[in-house]
Amino acid sequence: MSGHHIVPVRVYLGIFGALCILTVITVAAAQFDFGPLNNLVALGIAITKATLVVLYFMHARYSGKLTALVIAASAAFLFILVFLTLTDYVSRSWTLTLTG
Amino acid sequence: MSDLAAGGGHHPALQHHFRDLEQQKAASSLGMWVFIAQEILFFGGIFTAYIVYRIKYPEAFVAGSHHLSWQVGFFNTLVLIGSSLTMAMAVYSAATGRSRRVVGFILATVLLGSVFLGVKYFEYAEKIAPCLPGASGVGCLVPGDRFDASVLGVSGAMAGHTQIFYSLYFGMTGLHALHMIIGIPILLIIARAAWKGRYSPEWHTPVEMVGLYWHFVDIVWIFLFPLLYLIGAH
Repeated sequence: MSGHHIVPVRVYLGIFGALCILTVITVAAAQFDFGPLNNLVALGIAITKATLVVLYFMHARYSGKLTALVIAASAAFLFILVFLTLTDYVSRSWTLTLTG
Repeated sequence: MSDLAAGGGHHPALQHHFRDLEQQKAASSLGMWVFIAQEILFFGGIFTAYIVYRIKYPEAFVAGSHHLSWQVGFFNTLVLIGSSLTMAMAVYSAATGRSRRVVGFILATVLLGSVFLGVKYFEYAEKIAPCLPGASGVGCLVPGDRFDASVLGVSGAMAGHTQIFYSLYFGMTGLHALHMIIGIPILLIIARAAWKGRYSPEWHTPVEMVGLYWHFVDIVWIFLFPLLYLIGAH
């Protein structure tokens, strides 16, 4: 069948190795205090791992534009869900400060 | 199956409303990805709740997280990544026409998934057992009247806030585990079909679709592990 991409085994093994190494890194990084950067480091590593799984294990890299559109739309709506919720919850304390 | 196509017949897996197997697979794949989009927003809601409360009660979250064993979480993370590898290998074996290997790799995926759930069972048990009627209540970490914040080293208002952490802990890991409990029988059904030789390099869409589901569940855990287990480590 045309357009049917078979990913070689060494790619899967490479991704598996990278995921294991990133898991070790995220545990190692948690032993240090980077201050406000702690969450960014942990989240950055998790997003990197998730991206590797989506692109290679889930074949998104070889799946065409429609799949990419669904993934991009998911990310966009997730951002809206989190960001707009936080504009409310984070700014509540500001109004409390202003009104005393 | 070009010989069948040339003879005017069609592949037994091809449904009449699709032009060819490729179009049928594209439709299945799109449907599965839209389902995963829904799952992302479903988990997104509870992740948002986590973020809101973590911003509100950061110290309570550190105290709650500190009590979880990161070693256990680390072990389970590696087990789940391993199960994603065996799942990817099952799809690869189907695409290259090795049905026996498909069965083997799916069963390996089920085994690793079961190891994860077994470890999870013991993690839950040590937090839930002290809360049961007749138990001492010492170390009970189920949110509610018997919640024992003293084992977390906190008291007063902070004790209530650590209950929120444990509500999210049980809610998030519980929903994740439920997805695995649903995934395992689906994997077994597909392993049975592979054993009967239903899949070929031309058509093995169910193996690919359950693979997408399993990898998605792995991704959820990739985020849960640092958010729940690692925030109190340093």
